[in-house]
Amino acid sequence: MVSTAHNKIEVQDLSIHYGAHKALGNVSLTVRKNEIFGIIGPANSGKTSFLNAVNRMDMMRPNMNVSGTVRIDGIETRSWRNVYALRRKIGVVFPLPVGLPLTVYDNVALAPRLAGTAGSRADLNELVERCLRRAALWDEVKDRLTHLGSLLSGGQQQRLTIARALSQSPEILMLDEFSIAVDPVTTMRIEDVLKELKEEVTIILVTNLVQQANRLADRTAFFLNGECVEIDDTETLFSGSAKDPRTNDYIGGKFG
Amino acid sequence: MFEATSINHHNDQVQLRYKIVFGVMLVILIIPVVAILFTLIAKGSHAMSWPFLFDDPKDGMTAGGIFPAIFGTIWLVVVSLLASVPLGVAAAIYLSEYAPDNLLTRLINLATINLAGVPSIVHALFGVGAFVVFFKFGTSILAASLTLAIMTLPVVIVSSWESLQSVPRAFREACWNMGATRWQTIWHVVLPNAFTGILTGVILQVSRAAGETAPIMFTGAAMFLPFLPNSVFDQTMALALHLFVVATQVPDVPESLPFGVALVLVGIVLLMNTVAIWIRMHLRGKKKW
Repeated sequence: MVSTAHNKIEVQDLSIHYGAHKALGNVSLTVRKNEIFGIIGPANSGKTSFLNAVNRMDMMRPNMNVSGTVRIDGIETRSWRNVYALRRKIGVVFPLPVGLPLTVYDNVALAPRLAGTAGSRADLNELVERCLRRAALWDEVKDRLTHLGSLLSGGQQQRLTIARALSQSPEILMLDEFSIAVDPVTTMRIEDVLKELKEEVTIILVTNLVQQANRLADRTAFFLNGECVEIDDTETLFSGSAKDPRTNDYIGGKFG
Repeated sequence: MFEATSINHHNDQVQLRYKIVFGVMLVILIIPVVAILFTLIAKGSHAMSWPFLFDDPKDGMTAGGIFPAIFGTIWLVVVSLLASVPLGVAAAIYLSEYAPDNLLTRLINLATINLAGVPSIVHALFGVGAFVVFFKFGTSILAASLTLAIMTLPVVIVSSWESLQSVPRAFREACWNMGATRWQTIWHVVLPNAFTGILTGVILQVSRAAGETAPIMFTGAAMFLPFLPNSVFDQTMALALHLFVVATQVPDVPESLPFGVALVLVGIVLLMNTVAIWIRMHLRGKKKW
């Protein structure tokens, strides 16, 4: 596959095994720059494994085997000598909010500090404020930046996680079912944030809410039982003209 | 509906009975502790005085103070902690954070837990063979402290390992995903949150190291020394051994003397524990997640 300028991520023949169990088989897809790429599918369809393969978290999981290639900006991820630099380019948001047991400020400042890019106190202050603002959390926490991030409410913690991901100045943002533990109002706020962020970063949105993909994603992939059934423009998939009947059934709510 | 009420009433009585049973067990457990403390204070408090705490023993250890023994016990505990805490925590970090989850790791874990059950006299003989003879430290504070360290290591490792494991895996995942190395994750997130648990394990070992007699009597503790140790290569007196000696080996000791020694030993251990518990409470502050 020839890398073209508007492709951010190119995945080819990606298979993931946990021991003898196959979690994902022969997935090939491309994610374009500055799009929201939705991945929908029921539980155990390999969505999370896919994300773990993209930022090479398989290194941290002894029994996870990945084959095939993932290219970011045309460069194969496996050829990156510094896997930590690769992961810093990719912000990740988990299903359950993970506010680290540090202050709100330190939660957001952690990534730049670890990367050694924190700079002066003033620079860091500015970065923390910018990230919290972009995650639509600043107004709620600006008076308690020294409180523990892990004691914020679930919805606030999830936005804190997004702010933390943004503090890495990522080129790619991967969200794994971010709205599972978040109330609907917060979910809509985060969705608005994502629509704005699309201007700057490429977003992979894994979701088990079919309508969330419909609202946000430019293109959507449907994963089922470790297989990528179909990829198309979200509009095409949701207008009932999906090629595979299983996709129509899932989107139409017949199963899943 | 009325029947249900009567069943609930019956249930309340059953619950009350459970409460009483457990309460009685607690009292039975507390009685010996209170009895020991009470006896020590009742019989040992006459012996307490500044000269008792700060003078050398006199008249074949039947009079005078116990300062060399207090001094020696503190030496032994501090040096043994200097050896066992860094080693034990490092080993626990390896087992918890780096080692692959395979048969070998589990065997090592199992062996460590079992090592904690080895009788202290066995550790003492190991200490003689290894530190006194093989490494040629002679009978010295160093040899005795290292023997104590070997004895306390398994519990330090196991309790540190458990504290590390109790830090949620999600915290590690979050750090790894933002590009942190394993060590950065351990240093910035895992260790700070495991610290109070690790400290608890260490506190328990302080008490044990201060109180054990067998591991030090062949390796570095002397029954009587007319001088204070100058370095870790000197022998020293120690409270636990001194208690054994004045209680069983020396004739014509006034009854209050051994009780006084025991009271000081318990006092030192309680003091160290109180300080450590205070540090713990201070650090924990409030619940973090």
